[in-house]
Amino acid sequence: MSARAFSTVGQAVPRVDAEEKTSGRAKYTTDLALPGMAYAKLALSPLPHARIVSIDASRARALPGVYAVLTAAELTGMETHYGSDRKDRPIVAMGKVRFEGEPIAAVAAVDLAKAEEAVELIEAEYEELPPVIGLEAALAGESEPVQETNVCHRYEVAWGDAAGAMAACDHVFEDTFTFPMVYHYAMEPHAVIADYQADRLSVWSSAQHPFLVRAELARVFRKRLDQVRVVVPYVGGGYGSKSYTKIEPLAAALSRLAGRPVRLALSVEEAMKTVRRHATRATIRTGVQADGTFVARECRVELDTGAYTDNGVRVTERAADRLPGPYRFEHLRSEAVGLFTNTTPAGSFRSIGGPQGAWACESHTDNIAHALGIDPLELRLKNLVRPGEELLRGRRRLEADLAAPLAEVARGFGWHDYEPVSTAPHLKRGVGMACAVANAGASPISGAFVRLHADGSATVHVGTTEIGQGSRSALAQIAAEELRLPLSSVRVIASDTDAVPYDRSTGASRSTTLAGLAVHDAAADARAQMEDAAARYFETFAEQVALAEGSASFEGESISYGALIGQVFGGAGGEIVGRSAITPDHPSGKLAEDPVFWEVSMGFAEVEVDTETGRVRVLRYTSVADPGKAINPAQVEGQDEGAAMQGVGHTLFEEMRYEEGQLMNPNLIDYRVPTFGDLPDEFHTVLLERGDGPGPYGAKGVGEGGIVAVAPAVANALFNATGARIRDLPLTPERVWRALRETNDA
Amino acid sequence: MSSATPRIRVACEVNGRPVEAKVEPRAFLIDLLRDEFGLTSVKRSCDVQVCGACAVLLDGRPVSSCTLPAFEARGHSVLTAEGLADEPLGEALARAFAQHAAFQCGFCTPGLLLTAKALLDSAPAPTAEQVSECLEGNLCRCTGYKKIVEAVLAAAGRSAV
Repeated sequence: MSARAFSTVGQAVPRVDAEEKTSGRAKYTTDLALPGMAYAKLALSPLPHARIVSIDASRARALPGVYAVLTAAELTGMETHYGSDRKDRPIVAMGKVRFEGEPIAAVAAVDLAKAEEAVELIEAEYEELPPVIGLEAALAGESEPVQETNVCHRYEVAWGDAAGAMAACDHVFEDTFTFPMVYHYAMEPHAVIADYQADRLSVWSSAQHPFLVRAELARVFRKRLDQVRVVVPYVGGGYGSKSYTKIEPLAAALSRLAGRPVRLALSVEEAMKTVRRHATRATIRTGVQADGTFVARECRVELDTGAYTDNGVRVTERAADRLPGPYRFEHLRSEAVGLFTNTTPAGSFRSIGGPQGAWACESHTDNIAHALGIDPLELRLKNLVRPGEELLRGRRRLEADLAAPLAEVARGFGWHDYEPVSTAPHLKRGVGMACAVANAGASPISGAFVRLHADGSATVHVGTTEIGQGSRSALAQIAAEELRLPLSSVRVIASDTDAVPYDRSTGASRSTTLAGLAVHDAAADARAQMEDAAARYFETFAEQVALAEGSASFEGESISYGALIGQVFGGAGGEIVGRSAITPDHPSGKLAEDPVFWEVSMGFAEVEVDTETGRVRVLRYTSVADPGKAINPAQVEGQDEGAAMQGVGHTLFEEMRYEEGQLMNPNLIDYRVPTFGDLPDEFHTVLLERGDGPGPYGAKGVGEGGIVAVAPAVANALFNATGARIRDLPLTPERVWRALRETNDA
Repeated sequence: MSSATPRIRVACEVNGRPVEAKVEPRAFLIDLLRDEFGLTSVKRSCDVQVCGACAVLLDGRPVSSCTLPAFEARGHSVLTAEGLADEPLGEALARAFAQHAAFQCGFCTPGLLLTAKALLDSAPAPTAEQVSECLEGNLCRCTGYKKIVEAVLAAAGRSAV
């Protein structure tokens, strides 16, 4: 069995959506229209924190061409709040507004211009409250809290006696680092078309988690799950911004009120006021022996989760899990507190809590190395968790070896014999690295079924959302491999809760591992049925027939899948259906433990700093991704490169800036994301393929890991080049220039 | 649409065919292309001429259709991704993007293909630096850009490095 060579798995074949996406034919939510569809526009709160005294929408309602205006008063006969962990988010603001940009009302009209005109006619009166902005204000709690309290969630992971053990260590080091609020900028802002009818609610949405949206909508509108349909057309980028439920309840409530389908498509500014990454402040104390052995770590991270919970509970927990880093400690205490503020709600963003944790941990690691006079690579190699050890006690043991690839890639990067080239006296170069692992994979609940049609082609039904990560291609490759079909004979259909089996979510790098396993098992089930059919046809044992390239053969005779299915059903059409349902009890035994897998991040950077301007340029960046087995290597590289480039953004310039509760840069002019010009001169991804993942063929998840190591690797390179240690992101020219001056003054 | 709004007649060529429509004075080219002609490859994203998702070729040159008044297209020729396959280089670019994994979510892809076509029309054998410079006005949040540069070079018959 193991001798069989792969036919499509492991090949960098073009994506199955290439034709649609390179011809302009691929349809995204806003490219669709329903008959009679109205266009929606939101009325947003101009204030970050205020009691709503009154909302007068009568002039808006009277405007010809307006079908409906939704305010909190219209949320009757339904649930008024939603949220993935806590139902604390009102569909439109009720009683109070908690951030600038919170929807207070929504208009459905004959066209967008009319809806915009009507929004201008909505008059709201507020009683202003002092806004809670920033972690200090949230902790101080001196004004009216954002929610009942400013504390969203507390969490701690601990073993041993970290505080006590510190006293016995040769050295204790402490550092504090901050990470800013950043915006995903999925190029397609959130979009929904909702069609509410008494017995049926249909929604087309740019949602990453259609089944969670379906459950939320069913609860809000008091419907059964079968009465709610969520369809996800192509999605123009997610990165976590379209996880869980966002604007779907609002669009559906507006459709209910207007009595017709409603399209709600956000602008970039509105999307920035929908979800963002958590800003953090993290303090790490490490007790170290003179030889560099880590003994004890105490760390604390405070997270700014914004106005509502969204995914704040899980992000808070992951932040504490991930902050200690990939190192062995006899004693550990890592605590996290998520805090509400009057800003855009923070939620999932590519590796929740991961970049914030690695930024602190890996900058701190280099500080320790510098203080002890140990090479940063050697210090890491000495302390990295070994394969088979527990990284977090009581959780799945680390399968992967971290030390060997770190050392090997360091060699390839020229770490040991690095000599900075100087092209001008004011330009300084240096190198840095960072390493992290993250508990990833979310919940192992995914299903699939595979229909093998009477002509030998196949349709794969699976609930993973194609958000650009290439899931449809990877899943088609897995199905083709297991069905022994050419890839061109396999179609993976889009997410549609009416037509595909349950999949918990598309995130946490889980799809290839879990939905992949579901497709693998469903296809294997269909193949087994074909083997049985072939055995009957050839009058032999199932083990003796060979399936390949859409045909079954035995002793020199062969029959096509189509003809064989004809035999099964007596020649009158029919199809073979393979099924699977992935749960923690998967027979492989590999899904029983938490996490589903550990996602590896490693990054190596060479930077050049202009000491006169403070400008930092990334000259070389090498990232390491560990897919276990790359189903499609080009896509794995693409995911990793894209993640790393997104990391360059929050490292060098991305930051949502608030002043007195107002977002000061709510557009792509003032909020700069990486462009072609930011591409490092040399930019590589190294793939580790050791077959040690729990997914099909030993695969495990990637896609989030690439973003994690960038900021600390770049800042460590900056430190290597100049001796300046910067503790706050982003590394803007001004911040770098000031740090260089302070370093030189010291 | 309210009937009272004055309309402007726009006659132009879109993807090689003469077309005509009446638009509101405040309509942008993106509205004309998407709403009147159903050319949904023209994507709306930043609305401020930064991202290039709405880029189309006007007489062969890339423009941001999100900020160009629709009436400015009068008498000119417009190319969108829907018309690219019939153009020289269109197929080569599409094939190179597919073979080099130069897209993921695909939202930026129509604008990038068109801008790259304009580049190759004027500079058939660009360097990697020229490709990056020319595409600076097109954002992509998925790929990290490297594979797009490789694809454009491949379409031009050149390899990276």
